[in-house]
Amino acid sequence: MLNDFVIRFANVNGTGSASANTMFAKSVFRMGIPVSPKNIFPSNIQGLPTWYEVRVSEKGYLGRREGIDIMVSVNPQSMVKDIANVKPGGYFMYDSSKDFHRDLTRDDITYLPIPMMQMCMDKFPDPRQRQLLKNMVYVGALAALLEIEVPVLQQIIVEQFKGKERLVTANYEAMQMGIDYAKAHFQCPLPGLRLERRDKVGDWILMDGNSACGLGAVYAGATVLSWYPITPSTSLADAFGKYAKKLRIDPETGKNNFAIVQAEDELAAIGMVIGANWNGARSFTATSGPGVSLMSEFLGLAYFAEIPTVLIDVQRGGPSTGMPTRTQQSDLISAAYASHGDTKHVLLFPSTPAECFEHTTIAFDLAEQLQTPILVMTDLDLGMNDNMSPPLKWDDKKAYARGKVLDAAALEKLERFGRYLDVDGDGITYRTIPGTHPTKGSFFTRGTSRDEYAAYTEEGPAYVRNMDRLVRKWETAKQYVPGPEFYQQEKKSQFGMLFFGTTTYAAVEAKDMLDAEGVTLDAIRIKSFPFNNAVKEFIDAHERIFVIEQNRDAQLKTLLVNELDIDPNQLVSVLNYDGFPITADVIKQKIFKNLVGRLNSPYVAAKVTPSDSQVGE
Amino acid sequence: MTFVRPTFRHPDSPVNKLGYTRKFYEGALSTLCAGCGHDSVSGAIIQACFEMAVEPHKVAKLSGIGCSSKTPTYFLSNSHGFNSVHGRMPSVATGAYLANRDLMYIGVSGDGDSASIGMGQFVHAIRRNLNVTYIIMNNGCYGLTKGQDSATADFGSIGKAGSANMFHAIDMCGLALELGATFVARSFSGDKHQLIPLIKAAMSHPGFALIDVVSPCVTFNNNTGSTKSYDYTREHVEATAAVDFVPIMREITTEYNEGDSIEVVLHDGSSIHLNKLSNDWNPRDRHSAVNRLYQAKAAGDILTGLLYIDTESKDLHQLLNTTQQPLNQVPQEKLCPGSGVLENINASMR
Repeated sequence: MLNDFVIRFANVNGTGSASANTMFAKSVFRMGIPVSPKNIFPSNIQGLPTWYEVRVSEKGYLGRREGIDIMVSVNPQSMVKDIANVKPGGYFMYDSSKDFHRDLTRDDITYLPIPMMQMCMDKFPDPRQRQLLKNMVYVGALAALLEIEVPVLQQIIVEQFKGKERLVTANYEAMQMGIDYAKAHFQCPLPGLRLERRDKVGDWILMDGNSACGLGAVYAGATVLSWYPITPSTSLADAFGKYAKKLRIDPETGKNNFAIVQAEDELAAIGMVIGANWNGARSFTATSGPGVSLMSEFLGLAYFAEIPTVLIDVQRGGPSTGMPTRTQQSDLISAAYASHGDTKHVLLFPSTPAECFEHTTIAFDLAEQLQTPILVMTDLDLGMNDNMSPPLKWDDKKAYARGKVLDAAALEKLERFGRYLDVDGDGITYRTIPGTHPTKGSFFTRGTSRDEYAAYTEEGPAYVRNMDRLVRKWETAKQYVPGPEFYQQEKKSQFGMLFFGTTTYAAVEAKDMLDAEGVTLDAIRIKSFPFNNAVKEFIDAHERIFVIEQNRDAQLKTLLVNELDIDPNQLVSVLNYDGFPITADVIKQKIFKNLVGRLNSPYVAAKVTPSDSQVGE
Repeated sequence: MTFVRPTFRHPDSPVNKLGYTRKFYEGALSTLCAGCGHDSVSGAIIQACFEMAVEPHKVAKLSGIGCSSKTPTYFLSNSHGFNSVHGRMPSVATGAYLANRDLMYIGVSGDGDSASIGMGQFVHAIRRNLNVTYIIMNNGCYGLTKGQDSATADFGSIGKAGSANMFHAIDMCGLALELGATFVARSFSGDKHQLIPLIKAAMSHPGFALIDVVSPCVTFNNNTGSTKSYDYTREHVEATAAVDFVPIMREITTEYNEGDSIEVVLHDGSSIHLNKLSNDWNPRDRHSAVNRLYQAKAAGDILTGLLYIDTESKDLHQLLNTTQQPLNQVPQEKLCPGSGVLENINASMR
């Protein structure tokens, strides 16, 4: 298996394994081989088991894959389970400083014992350093076993510990110990499992989605961030702060061209965002499912009073506290219809860090153009893992789209200002920012019903006019939001796959797997809600659509049925909700099973035999 | 409610230094009950803004939900207003203030809005020293839902239905002092001579300025036995001092007996003259304010006036080191780092 395997590192949370593991992933990436690292971590600061899984795929498949080819175990706590998880024929590298119980042996895997801790205790005097450098020993051993180019690793070490020469030297030494030990004790490279330089990553980058969103907010001109700490969105707020400190401090005065407030709770966080946007500053918050629940009342206000609002929801496993450190796409319905009464919100679904950046910048434009909340729906998998992605792009000619805002000159010319008057017929009305004009343009923003001139009313017809205008605006939004991506030029199958966000990685791989077995499917990736007309056309053009998503209740399917008036029987759900990113295998098997009864279809090639349908559920 | 407001104004109505009459600062007709204390507070806000010659469009008025929160409609119709969500005005005001530090912010809330559902936001706005004039129209009951006790209703106070409140009251001024508020005052809606200068001083204060105004509910909490009725309040008011607010560059007209008078110079150069009525109290000493408040409470008195002021107050923007230019006016070229910087960031991710 050249350039195609899965390696998992089993560590103890809080022992500095993350930096060594990242070095491993980055070295593969820098050898031009596509790589997809994923943190599998507990809701814990120190002590519990944590894993880091890296899929290496020359073909560029970045979704998770079941089956571990090589396990690196430095955590006795999880060892029994870790051994069981290795694929037959796979390898199990472990810290052999302590005795290994006979019961833990398996005949069908190869053991690679390395006394990592003992080697570090003999070599390094400082106890904390021993613990950290132990991780570099296994990185070194892997370099020898898998043929990682040593200069690449050395360069990464130099970059990581820039300015701390002592650490560079120590890490070099630890790595070299690993290399030497592996060469002396094992067959290097491992039979059938190694790396070889390729040129398959081009100008792509390795970045986490939360950083990309935070940076996107800086580029989009966000000046106010209000947030409340919650996994997995905290690092998004941190990233905005980090980039703002680098890029947004006025060089002359040393003052901040931004303000960040850690709020007392999610209610206050979204309240501040709404207050700032109402007052004409681009403002946003980042949260996860429980935060969206708490923010719902305010989202209803922003919808009804028509105040631009940007919220980035890094989804995790729900409901309630759920699985705070696992991934899901299970906030779709609670986000789409957040708050009581008739409400609908615009959602964006990025699937790569480049799109996290792009969609965040688009969200600020859309929020002001549509004067409504925009929710960017990412998830833990995208937000907290380093994902391979096309580079981030920014067009210097692009001016922020501030929407329909009247300035003093425009107000001067106006006979009478009507905040909720649909002048253009697109459902989007003109707003004013406080402080603009001494006598014109002031109005009262309220969550109560009001007429076209923002005056309180409980008159039925005025209320209905307003609610119907909001539907008109919703229709307008379909032209503004990003359209879907298609994976074929023209229709090739009567069956289609529909997916979004992080499901994309596995879905695209499953599509290729099915294709190789003669089952051709068309595919569409949704990037936004409301759904553009192109989505409806795609569904209508296919007899059956497989809707792939990572939640129990088929939430995207529900939205499609509800909003596009589609026959539910036309949509077949492919679901995964165990908290781990969905795999191509799962998708392939579920679609295959569903299609077995239709093998006579001209779209399914003859080489599919009934026995293939025996693959599991 | 008052149904008719005369539109006639005397042609020689006095104008302020901006050339505006008092009428320019008024709002829509109030829909509150006739005699509601809140309308007097609205009137005091109008008078204070008129006398201070505030540009109305440079004021933002924000509120939560409840009778008190309706009042921003009834003053300053040339100002933008925001009637937000129950108990959440402090966060909306915080966001608004972060966006534009140059406007003046008046937050209006009630005892239900601030002492119950919005307690969390109230205390944190104080901790952040948000630059807002925060007026609580405090009547000890939920007027808009027909008179339930609120969290500021005094223990033993008799409600309209005749039952005594069995829970202890939250003292919003005491709480604010405890939390480090930089301007704490209490007043009575029926005492405009005290309330108007307090509002002016609060508007000049760079930080969180709380005025807890006892503002009786004529419909649901003005009965015998209520400790927030007009009668009870008039009988039990104890003022810390006679208050006079002196804007910058204006001559001092009020005279005080020597020794009794304190002058507090505010951040913007204006000053407050306090004619002390109590010897063991110093408005610049938080401890004496806390003590004085508790003594009054023990005696069953309602202590009014400016209780405490920190003239060294640093507001939220100062604490956050924000640029002097309002954030909502910083141009794109200062906000967006551009494609060159992005290319370097991309390179660092390879």
